[in-house]
Formats: sequence, C-alpha cells, structure tokens
Amino acid sequence: MSKTILEMRSITKTFPGVKALSDVNLDVVEGEIHAICGENGAGKSTLMKVLSGVYPHGSYEGQIVYKGEEQHFRSIRDSEHKGIVIIHQELALVPLLSIAENIFLGNEQAKGGVIDWDETRDGARKLLSMVGLSEDPDTLVTNIGVGKQQLVEIAKALSKQVQLLILDEPTASLSEKDSQALLDLLLEFKKQGITSIIISHKLNEISRIADRVTVIRDGRTIETMDTDQITEDRIITSMVGRSLDDRYPTREPKIGDVIIEVKNWSVYHPQHRERQVTKDVNITLRKGEVVGIAGLMGSGRTEFAMSLFGRSYGQKITGEVIKDGQRIDVSTVERAIRNGIAYGTEDRKTFGLNLIDHIKHNVTIANLPGISRWGVIDDLTELDVANDYRKKTNIRSSSVYQTVGNLSGGNQQKVVLSKWLYANPDVLILDEPTRGIDVGAKYEIYTIINQLAAQGKAILVISSEMPELLGITDRLYVMNEGRIVGEMPTSEASQEKIMRAIVRAEGKAS
Amino acid sequence: MTVQTAPGGTAAAKAKPSELSFLGALQANMRDYGLLLALILIMLFFQYFTNGVLFKPVNLTNIILQNSYIIVMALGMLLVIVAGHIDLSVGSVSGFIGALAAMLMVGWRFPPELAFLAHPLVAGAICLAAGAAIGAAQGYIIAYHRVPAFIVTLAGMLIFKGLSLAVLAGKSVGPFPAEFQLLSAGFIPDFVGPITMPWLAENGQNVVLHSTTMVIAILAVVGMVFSAIRGRARRKLRGYDVEPFSLFVVKNVVIAALVMFFAYMLASYRGLPNVLVVMGILIAGFVFLTKKMTFGRRIYALGGNLKAASLSGIKTERTTFYIFAIMGALAALAGMIYAARLNSATPKAGQGLELDVIAAVFIGGASALGGVGQVAGAVIGAFIMGVMNNGMSIMGVNIDWQQMIKGVVLLAAVFFDLYNKNRSA
Ligand SMILES: Nc1ncnc2c1ncn2[C@@H]1O[C@H](COP(=O)(O)OP(=O)(O)OP(=O)(O)O)[C@@H](O)[C@H]1O
Ligand SMILES: [Mg+2]
Repeated sequence: MSKTILEMRSITKTFPGVKALSDVNLDVVEGEIHAICGENGAGKSTLMKVLSGVYPHGSYEGQIVYKGEEQHFRSIRDSEHKGIVIIHQELALVPLLSIAENIFLGNEQAKGGVIDWDETRDGARKLLSMVGLSEDPDTLVTNIGVGKQQLVEIAKALSKQVQLLILDEPTASLSEKDSQALLDLLLEFKKQGITSIIISHKLNEISRIADRVTVIRDGRTIETMDTDQITEDRIITSMVGRSLDDRYPTREPKIGDVIIEVKNWSVYHPQHRERQVTKDVNITLRKGEVVGIAGLMGSGRTEFAMSLFGRSYGQKITGEVIKDGQRIDVSTVERAIRNGIAYGTEDRKTFGLNLIDHIKHNVTIANLPGISRWGVIDDLTELDVANDYRKKTNIRSSSVYQTVGNLSGGNQQKVVLSKWLYANPDVLILDEPTRGIDVGAKYEIYTIINQLAAQGKAILVISSEMPELLGITDRLYVMNEGRIVGEMPTSEASQEKIMRAIVRAEGKAS
Repeated sequence: MTVQTAPGGTAAAKAKPSELSFLGALQANMRDYGLLLALILIMLFFQYFTNGVLFKPVNLTNIILQNSYIIVMALGMLLVIVAGHIDLSVGSVSGFIGALAAMLMVGWRFPPELAFLAHPLVAGAICLAAGAAIGAAQGYIIAYHRVPAFIVTLAGMLIFKGLSLAVLAGKSVGPFPAEFQLLSAGFIPDFVGPITMPWLAENGQNVVLHSTTMVIAILAVVGMVFSAIRGRARRKLRGYDVEPFSLFVVKNVVIAALVMFFAYMLASYRGLPNVLVVMGILIAGFVFLTKKMTFGRRIYALGGNLKAASLSGIKTERTTFYIFAIMGALAALAGMIYAARLNSATPKAGQGLELDVIAAVFIGGASALGGVGQVAGAVIGAFIMGVMNNGMSIMGVNIDWQQMIKGVVLLAAVFFDLYNKNRSA
C-alpha cells in the first residue's frame, strides 16, 4: 500500500493576539496530490509555512514527521535540503533577473563562486522543457506573464530535486488556459512520483486533480476526504460549517438612467509610445446596473480601467467621460474620486494597500474628508468607520489595529474592498474582486455588490472567472486586445458565446 | 462624490466598554515609552558618572540650548524620512541661512530706504522664506521630476556649502544685534517676579525660582491632564475600550512629575529659554500634524506604499513637495538659532549637522524604508544624542571616542528596534 511521506501532528501556532493554528493534523501519502481547503484566514498558508521552515522549529508546537523522521527545520534551506519546496501565494521571483538566473537563485551553477553560464542556461532550458515553457532562459522575468512566471517558479522547485511540492494558490492569478496547463503538469509530476500539496479556492480544480482533501476551519482540521468522497458541495459544507445552496445571491435588477458613458477611449503603452493598448473603447453604465468585462488575461481590461481612473496607466490618453450628462474630468485620481469614480485594484500588494499600516488607516485613506474637518481627523469617527467596514466585509483579524501585511490574502482583498466602499463612489470598478477569496466570502462580496446596485450605483466588474461574470452581472462587454469585441445581456450570454466573440475578433485581427 | 460620515456608534461600538488588563496595557505602552525610558536611564547614568553635574540647572539649560537646532531640524527630517526620502542638505542649508542672516543684519550696508531689511524681524522672515524656497526647489525636483532625494540633496549640500563660503567671503561675520541673539541666548521675562525658597537653601545659598516658568509648567500640566481625561471620557462614551484607570493615573502622574521636575530645574536657573518656547510650540504642532491631520496621514500613506497612496487619490507629488519646503524652513530656523548662539556666522557652520539630525530620527524609531516614525521618537532620539554629547564632554571623553560611542548607540538602537519588531511579528 501507499506509505505516508509526511505527518504533521497537533501543530499549534500563535501570533500575538491570534491563534492561527490549533492542534492541526495533516498526513500526506507519497505520490498523491493533496489539497488543503479552508476559508480566508483559516490558517492554510500558515500551516505550509510551518512545514517549510519559514516559521522555524520552536516557534510552533507539535511535530513534523517527514519520511519517517521527525524534522526540526530552522529555515527554508533546511526543508529544501530534504526536498520540500514551497511556492508562496505571492510569487518570489526577482523581476529584473533572467529566467535562468531566477531558477538557480541561491543555488547557482558555479565553481568556486564563479557562475558557469553555459551550465546555467542548459540547466534552465532542460527544466523549462520539463514544465512545458518555451522561453529563452535569458528573458527577464518582468517581461513574461504571470502564468509563465508561475511555471518558472515550478522549474526552480524542480532544480532543487523536489520531492514534496507545496503550491499556495498557484492558479489565483492565472488564466483558465494557464491554470489547466499547470494542473496537467501536477498530474504529470504525480506520475513521476512527486508528491504535491496544493492550496486553492477554486474547488472545481481541486475536485479535478486532488486525491485527497483536508479542510481547515478556524485553525483546526475538520476532516480529510478520500478520492471517492470529494465533491464541491462536501468541501464547502466542511469549510463554512453549513451548506451553501447558491453560489450567487439572487437579485431583482432595478436599472435606471445612464450614469456614465466612456467615449472613444484610447490609451498608449507607458513605455512604447506607438503601442496602442486600448483602442476606441465605448462603454455605458446605467444606475443600478452590474456590468462585466470578460476577456482573456492580457486583453487590456486592467489597463483600460486604470487609465480611466485618473490616468494611472499609459500615455497619450484620449476620449471623454460623460457622467449624468456632463463631461467630467478624470485626469487625476483625486479628480476621478471626486467625480464619483473608484477603482479597486487586482494587485492588492502593489497598488491596493499600505501593508505596514493597520486596517483602520487603510480603510479610510481614500476618503479622509469623511473622517475629518478642516484637515483634522476625528479619531473616534475613524474608529467607528473602520469597525463598521470590518464587520460589513467580514474581515478576520484580531482588531482594526492588525497590520494589513499580517492578514491572510483573502482578508487583505476585503480591506481593499472596504476602502472603496467607504469612499462611496457612484461608479465602482472592481478588478478581479474575488481573487483568492473563499466561496463563502465570495458570496458576501457579491451580496455587497448587489446592495450597491440596489442603491443606484453602477458597478463594473472585471473578472477572469467567467462563471462569476455570468452569475452576477446584468450585461457583459467582451474585450480583446484592447478593443470591445462584443456586448450582450448576461441573460443571453454563455461561456461559448464569449469565447466565440474573442475568437472572431482574433480572426479579424490577423 | 458625497462625503460619507460614520454611522454614529456601530454595533461593535455598542458593546459594553471594558478596561483592558493592567499588565496587557502596560506591555503595550512599554513599547511606546521604551525610548523615553532609555533616555532617562542614559541621563541617570551620566548623572552618576559626572558626579551630579548633568542635572545641575545650568547644565540642563545648556543641553536644551545645545540641541535646539538639531531638534528643530529633526522635526522636518521625520516627515522626510517617513515619506521615504532623505535630506542631506539640511546642515549646509542651515549654515547658508546663518550666513545670509549675518549678511542681512551686519554684513551688507543697505541704502537708507532698504535699511529695514537689516531689522532682525525682517531679516528673520527673509531667512525663513529663503529656507522654504530652497526646500521647495529641491522638493520640486524630487517630487515632480523623480530624481532621488539622496542625489538632489547631496547636490544641495555641496551647493550651499559653497554658497555660504561665497556669501561670507570666507570670513566669520558677527556679532549680531542684541535682539537677534535673544533667539538663542534669551530667557522669557519673569512677569510674576522671582520667588525665593528659603527652605530649599543649600549651603547657605537660597534657591530663587523663576516663577513665570513654574506657572507656565503648571498650566501645561493641567492642560495635558485635562485633555487626557477628556479623551478618555470621550472614548468611553463612544463605547471603546480604555486603558485601566490605575495605569492611566500612573502614566499621567509620572509624566506630570517629569515635566514639573524639569520646569523646576529650569526655573532655579534662569527660567524658560526662548528657544525652548519656540521648540515646544513646534513639537506640539508637529505631533498634531502627524497624528491628527490629514496631511500627516497622507505622508505615512505615501511612505508606506507610494503607488497605493496615489491610487487612493493622494496627491503624492504635491505632498512630497510641501514636505521638503517645510524641511527647508526648519533648516533656516535652525541655522538662525545656531548663528545666534555662536553670535556670528562662520563658513563652516552647520556642516555635518545633517548626520546628527538623521541619526536622531533613526534612533527615534523611524524606518529607512519610509512609512514609520514618530515625532516624539525623533525628539527623544535627538535628546539621547545630546545628553550623550554633553555627558561625555563633562566626563572628558575624547572627541574620537565620542564619535565611536555615538555610532555604536545609533546601531544598537536601530538593531534593538528591529529585533523587537521581528519578535512580535
Ligand atoms: N505574521 C502574522 N502576524 C499576526 N497574525 C498573522 C500573521 N500571519 C498570519 N496571521 C493570521 O493567521 C491567520 C491565518 O492566516 P493564513 O495566511 O494562514 O490564512 P489562509 O488560510 O492562508 O487564508 P487565505 O485563503 O486568505 O490565504 C489569519 O487570521 C491571519 O490574520
Ligand atoms: Mg493563504
């Protein structure tokens, strides 16, 4: 029979004010793909950090038995020596180094401290072919998309003779196609005898590839399911402690007048002056309407949204924005906000949050006038606001004074959302609002979107998850290569129809 | 966009207000007061090793006078560093402004219709404006043209070093008019009149107190305690947790006692130095600015994550620009204080001061990466450096050793701070 490769026994890990894990048990069988599921802040990433030595032996309680021996990892290096490699939720590549350099970072192919570049390139090429990536090893990491960066991370893991590969939400920011490729790769690794642990909020992926699933809730192990027991419903029930009948809340759309119109919007790439990123985009939103922009990754949706929001992206921006019948000035973020437009970013760490500050300050920063008079902040009003939104969006933290950088990924996303809810815009653009968010919390966020719509606001949702767009929007635009290539009421839309619009546009373009 | 105000009293806030545990609250406070404690320990250390000279009223007054210009600049430097920048030019700028002040008041012979320019008040205003303009110019390049502050202000340092030399033609210029000297050498007048305290007589010498100083100190303490009580009541009223009453009392009593002790020391010499009044107002102003004003909040936000701040609607360029303008004005004020203290402007004045100022801010707990730092920390940091300078000089420690010890203290302070943060993370 299969033998256990890893056993984590009654792991308990406390942070000041938070018990992130209490008495968690996990056992992983050699050669399986083991999934870990749980709500945001349940402790999944923390458990994996304990396993890989990010939190060294002694900073937690409990035992780690790997390959029959108890392990006391003092650092990542220790666990890597034993073939345990973790790929974190946030990628850890150095953008301005080449693919090859990144793969062998900390593990350079060198003799006496002098790097052997031929060896490095050859090695990199071999590893890249194993992960199915056909890029020149000399390409800088910053010049390849996230999907490919993820593959580079895996190639890097392979270079360390990985036996137990840990992937923390590897597909959260990947397109459908890249996700498929990655999951296929894991199945391929399984054939070669590599064991994997994968954390994901995308339950369809899990039911597709996982041999067993362990569910964690509030820092405790709830259950481990065997292959024949795995269903999405059972995972959800176990995760949230009750069954979730619908993934999308129902709503009666009450759609009013046009609130905003964007006309002939064109944007050029910030570095390459001739490259047009957004081409003559025209969109219209009505009061009370939830509109989606569908499209593949890299179709220019984020670029369009950011250029609209105070010219935060691109150059040579032309076109006009008409709100409530009048041309408005959106040339700076401050003006855009003042004119009632807000944009919740897809990249919370870089663009969304001040990670070293606490929740309270992050929630109010986009609407300081709301908590101040004559430039003087009323701290208790601010505290009220922060507590209020922490509750509304169900942010899991010890208090509003918890540092945002210490929150789990999904809860960070909720802080970004809170910030823009508090800014109280008329038009809210949400870029991948549920990235890395658990099923229960997704439902909560959809509910909030519906409430905003019911208040007569317009919401523009950019999402790479088509079921989500189909589930929550009233109308859809399809974008491809910076152009709107289709528009349809959601009631008439389907994944096939959206894909057809994209394919047709690509056919025309070439 | 309509401004949304808070829903008064949320459900969370309605919960019964509770007092945190004494120990827990004390622990939370220790981190904040650790630096103050370190300063007090250092003072006691030198009190012992200088055979009681450190705490002599005249010496305490001296410590304040000697460090006033560092503290004034540390206030601005705190903003600069929190914003994620650095200003290497402040020493040279303060030297240059001192030179400018000297030339305006003493050096240049103005025609009669322009003679008003030499009036200390007018000259002082011109100097402040010049400092602000210098800071603004550097800030403009840093904020709007994105040239790193390190480079811009390094250039500024060289330029203003050269300019002071040029303006003074390589000579010292002085002495200043008596009114101007008051900035550094003066004490507030005693409106109430001295009081003698025969029962405190030492070696047959009466202690004579500058009573106005004592009155001001008492008013300050009463105001402070009053506002602390009001703040606490307001928190409770709105349903928030407050620190235990016992700790609240202890804290206020300790701080009040410290203030009264130093006031007494100063009063038994010549009273409040003018420059301390200026400093006190500035410190209070900067605490208010960083803790309570939206402008201050924006500085922390942009220092913490520039991109996120600008995507939250903060005018990051303009904020940066203002920060450097403020820094320039403070460097000017410091330059005048320094010149008034020496009673002449010298070509070497101010050189190297930027290092003391930056060190003070870092000892005070600011992060070189931006986004973190407190005014109180910077002020205490400056006093830690100042007390060490003073104490070691009295002990007769050689200047070479002094430098080394200060370097070690800077390193240790930052190291300790990081260690503490890592442990709690
Ligand atoms: N350095 C830290 N300091 C304090 N609390 C922390 C720290 N790191 C994590 N936590 C807390 O531990 C809990 C578990 O966090 P963890 O990141 O493991 O969640 P997660 O299950 O990975 O969630 P997500 O799905 O959102 O990524 C959270 O409540 C988080 O706030
Ligand atoms: Mg996580």
